[in-house]
Amino acid sequence: MSQSKVSYKTSDEVDFVIIGSGAAGGVMAKELSTNGFRVVVLEQGPYLTEADFGHNEIDVVFNHQLTNNPKFQPTTFRKTEQDKATKQYSVMYGRCVGGSSVHFTANYWRLHEIDFMERSTVGDVPGASLVDWPIRYEDLEPYYTKVEWECGVSGLAGASPFDPPRSKPYPMPPLPVKGSGVIFERAAKKLGYHPFPAPMAILSQPRAGRSACVNCGFCLGFGCEVKAKSSSLAAMIPVAEATGRCEIRPNCYVHRIETDKAGRVVGAVYFDAKKNSHLQKAKAVVVCANGAETPRLLLLSKSAKYPNGLANSSGLVGKYLMPNSGAIAFATFDEPLNDYKGFAVSRIFHDFYEMDVKKTGIYGGGGLDARFDLAPITFALGALPPGTPKWGSGFKKALNQNFTRTMEIFCHGTSLAVETNSFSLDPDVKDAWGLPALRMTFKDHPNDLRLANWMKDRAMEILEAAGAKTKWHAAIQEQQFAVHLLGTCRMGTDPKTSVINADHRTHDVKNLFLCDGSSLVTSGRGQPTMTIQALAFRAADRITALTKRGEI
Amino acid sequence: MQASGSAWLAWLSAQWPAVMAAAEHAHQAVNSKTPVKFQVLTPAQAKDVEAIAAQIIPTDELPGAREAGVVYFIDQALKTFAADSLPSYQQGLAELNAAASKKYPGVKQFADASAEQQHEMLQVLSDEAEGSSTAPARRRPQAAASTDFFQTIWQHTIFGFLVDPSGGGDRDYVGWKVIGRDPAHSFAAPFGFYDKDYPGWQEAMAAEEKK
Repeated sequence: MSQSKVSYKTSDEVDFVIIGSGAAGGVMAKELSTNGFRVVVLEQGPYLTEADFGHNEIDVVFNHQLTNNPKFQPTTFRKTEQDKATKQYSVMYGRCVGGSSVHFTANYWRLHEIDFMERSTVGDVPGASLVDWPIRYEDLEPYYTKVEWECGVSGLAGASPFDPPRSKPYPMPPLPVKGSGVIFERAAKKLGYHPFPAPMAILSQPRAGRSACVNCGFCLGFGCEVKAKSSSLAAMIPVAEATGRCEIRPNCYVHRIETDKAGRVVGAVYFDAKKNSHLQKAKAVVVCANGAETPRLLLLSKSAKYPNGLANSSGLVGKYLMPNSGAIAFATFDEPLNDYKGFAVSRIFHDFYEMDVKKTGIYGGGGLDARFDLAPITFALGALPPGTPKWGSGFKKALNQNFTRTMEIFCHGTSLAVETNSFSLDPDVKDAWGLPALRMTFKDHPNDLRLANWMKDRAMEILEAAGAKTKWHAAIQEQQFAVHLLGTCRMGTDPKTSVINADHRTHDVKNLFLCDGSSLVTSGRGQPTMTIQALAFRAADRITALTKRGEI
Repeated sequence: MQASGSAWLAWLSAQWPAVMAAAEHAHQAVNSKTPVKFQVLTPAQAKDVEAIAAQIIPTDELPGAREAGVVYFIDQALKTFAADSLPSYQQGLAELNAAASKKYPGVKQFADASAEQQHEMLQVLSDEAEGSSTAPARRRPQAAASTDFFQTIWQHTIFGFLVDPSGGGDRDYVGWKVIGRDPAHSFAAPFGFYDKDYPGWQEAMAAEEKK
């Protein structure tokens, strides 16, 4: 249900159309409307609020209540450009007002200095297109602070010796520790690592009319019913709507960005809930549709002037997809942790944030966290130790013993950019609107699999040191499913090797901006949402300045 | 935690009519003395489905699929989100019953076989399905392919046993009782055995330094 106080006619030429209302789109909407602009946000999903969020795991996890539904929006997958892609559920993203920030885990790590200048620090990596960002950590630092204070992040400044410098402490203390966190912290410390309270975009104290976390336990995958999770929906959209200048228009599936003869963007064309098509006119368009849908939309928007798709003179739209590498280790313990209570993660460490390439032969790095993020059904379907009977009394006994006694160590890491890893338009498969389906082409850079394996071994050592009763890990396999959708319209100074500049303006079209996971130049170490929001705060500043100077 | 508690109460009072309505419906369905009419399954099919579910999650000193009302959940699922799976159920049950009467003379349908016989027959089905079974620790579970009967009924049984009762299963939270999930909607730390004596991060770090 829309709360917007204003509604614009499609023929009204608003200042900005923002496509997507997720992590980036929500921030962009709030910033641009607060700065005095007239804004329409087109969101393909429904406008749900906390009253709509419940604990029905089937609806949320299996029936795609909050995410793209492969039934209507099929995706395809292939490993290499030589293969023919086949239908496969390969991409998941939030499809509702607030986007993926509604259902995320809410790990809020800042990138470190190294992430912005890895190429100039470690040199070229064979088989990868590793390049520096056009901005540095210092450029983004004020905006990370903005994210923490305006969206609401719990954490403890200075707790990790590996943290980059910060201008302000966190606005509120960390969330309470969980059993998994205590077990992890003790074992990691024993092995010489530096565990610390996880920074989380979940309120540990009431703030701005929102409740602190009540530890209901239905967190990852679910929408928060008390607004404690700092989604764009809870933290940004209400501020945008309160300006009276921002209309959030849900159930609008944008399928084309329209341009005029001069090549300028004139608005966005979308299907409404009844599949009628409309053009919303705007002076400029900001695409925040995520790292899969943003490139898809640009490719769908080809025209006589832009035969390869909009903003694609480089041919790089959709390329360099980085989904982050990772591994998961599991363990059970003698006594109940009851880790199903509360949010997912309470302790992490960053000792492996910068791998020693000379010593290990592995580029990039990662972070390890202690968590339990499995709702009951998901747990029963896939988190019992190998060899557990699948049904019958042995199965039931394992459920009875293990649900309260299981924890995970989640390893998050680098994906190196590889040009042939991409999102593109499937030539054959169409969605329920008749549009070409998203096609994912992906094969992990061998380094990423080595890194995942290496981190998995460290996780198993920690569980050993922790005295786990049983421990096992998920197989390290080539990835065929992406949730972190990064790098597909990368930022850079050279129009030949990047899609947008440091202001998030496309090199090709003056009044077209892109800001979301697609903007990232490197993948970080696994938790991109905070960076996506910091980039959005910064981009909104840049766009505002350009507009005020009449440069759009 | 004062503020969060009251926010929770506000939420609950707003939701209460819907929660009660859903709970009431489920309760009527499973507790009524005159059995509620199944919407999709025939009475004979329902008997078999219940027997299979009871093999997957049996009743022992703790309640099982039967007590959780899984068969009513499945009947409802086959009318709604799992309607695609109905042909697979119909065919799967027919084949199972044909096999049952062939193997055990006098047994007309699966539900009439002895518990041992039922176990034996399901073992055959489950072994056949094993090849396509989920690997441990799969991160993004998906609905089972609607054509694989054992996979589908296995998944639906777990759904019906463990879904929050607002989803039409887990009657009286018996499934959650089995796994040890407290049905409360909010909790306060400490949550379990390992965090109950935790001194705080700074204190824990200082204590470790001293060792």
